[in-house]
Amino acid sequence: MITLYTAHMRAWMLQQFQYRAANYFYMIGMIAEPVVYLVVWSTIARAQGGSIEGLTPGGFAAYYIVWTLVRNMNIVLTPFAWEERIKDGTFATQLMKPVHPIHEDLAGFMGWKLVVLLLWIPIAVVLVLLFRPTLSPTLLQCVVFFFAIWGAFLIRAIMQWSLGLITFWTTRVAAIFEAYYLSEMLLSGRVFPLVLMPKWFQTLTWYFPFRWSFSFPIVALTGPIENRDLFIGLGMQLAWIMVSIGLLYLVWPRAVRRFSSVGG
Amino acid sequence: MNVASHKHRGGRVRLIATFLRVGVMNELQYRINFFLQLIQSLLTVGTGLIVLAVVFSKTDELGGWDRPQLLAVMGVFTLVGGVIRTFIQPNMQRVVEDVREGKLDFALTKPTDAQLLVSIRDVRFWQLTDVLVGIVVLVVALVQMSSTTPWQRVFTFVGLLLSGLVSIYCFWLMLASASFWLVRMNEVQELFDGVFRAGQYPVGIYPGWLRYGLTFIIPLAFAITVPSEAVTGRLAWQSVVVMMCFTAVLLVVSRWCWKRGLRRYGGASA
Repeated sequence: MITLYTAHMRAWMLQQFQYRAANYFYMIGMIAEPVVYLVVWSTIARAQGGSIEGLTPGGFAAYYIVWTLVRNMNIVLTPFAWEERIKDGTFATQLMKPVHPIHEDLAGFMGWKLVVLLLWIPIAVVLVLLFRPTLSPTLLQCVVFFFAIWGAFLIRAIMQWSLGLITFWTTRVAAIFEAYYLSEMLLSGRVFPLVLMPKWFQTLTWYFPFRWSFSFPIVALTGPIENRDLFIGLGMQLAWIMVSIGLLYLVWPRAVRRFSSVGG
Repeated sequence: MNVASHKHRGGRVRLIATFLRVGVMNELQYRINFFLQLIQSLLTVGTGLIVLAVVFSKTDELGGWDRPQLLAVMGVFTLVGGVIRTFIQPNMQRVVEDVREGKLDFALTKPTDAQLLVSIRDVRFWQLTDVLVGIVVLVVALVQMSSTTPWQRVFTFVGLLLSGLVSIYCFWLMLASASFWLVRMNEVQELFDGVFRAGQYPVGIYPGWLRYGLTFIIPLAFAITVPSEAVTGRLAWQSVVVMMCFTAVLLVVSRWCWKRGLRRYGGASA
């Protein structure tokens, strides 16, 4: 299994590295979103006398720059891909292989992440020079962050993979996925740091996977966060990985049974 | 190639009308998509409203714009996004695709101006739900600002909006023309979609380098912020002058880029 993973990782890395320019355009397009949020919140923080809920413009800058890394880690197989896979026969081929097809996707995206991490560094440097973040993590925070970004990737990758399987039942999936993405936008900490939200809202986010695949890794690095909460966060990530694997076990066999293909 | 079209000005109007009709008829076949699209528009605007509510739970104004004014900007942003996705983006994406696959010949051999033809071939009628929702948001914002909005303001708004949309069209035409030189353009479109989000706030709140970028590189300021200024009564005449000159220049430059690109084009269908 390890050989399988390293092989897929290497293949995707080599492939994606060839499309450096394309990858860069994509990443720069993605930067616009956090920059908008960052400007809005720093403007408000300045107008409110320097900070809101303890976040200064430098604090917001740190949040949204780490955001760009976490967002890149968050990119997984889109659930929309299933329609294409079923239609063009890719899925039929995947079924023939002796291992579960999710492994190829997970491994491939993990390899791609390594390329993305490399390409991300110059972007981060530019953003740091432009927006001057204040960031002083402890060693423990850095270590937890390192694991948390991969935890975030796994939660989101397996969740969306399972979600995409809905395509086996209906072809009108766009509205469902869109609703999923929008709840993710608000509940994950993507649009605003969750500390800005009312208490009840923050409590609500505990019951969804989104916070653990977005807000948690960011805050783990930028703080302020207690050591205790760092470990609770990793625990919650593990729990959500389990839940998404459970979901996959539940849906996958039923989805395959609905599938029929012609030719070969 | 375009001798015939010069003789009949009315012919072009009829051509545009015909293509519009065909586009609408195409989309009318898939009526359920209207509701799905409407749900999508409502969800997006709903999210926007929540974000706005969070912003204004922490402050009374953002860069000199108060809540109903920013709501108006959001309305205009949604409206403009809808128009772009209905008329501009589908056509321009098709140009990029056709150039890559060598199918542009089919448009070039028609006896009318090629730029006109490639700009009207595809209409995603259902995306107009964004326009509808945007107008509703805008009207709500106007009512919140004051009970009456002077008619001059509405006229100026519509005029500036149209001119702003022309500048966005020119920008897209230049992007599409770039496909005569570059092969992979998908990511450039991703880039536009990403940067377009910046338009949901007035460009005045952004730091200088970004403000200039959003005005003169990707003309979001002209398409969204300036019309919003007009409708909220914050318009300075200088902006209008700059905008008109810039749009005129863009019209000429984008036409030139298109013509230059065409010269590089080698078909594959013949």
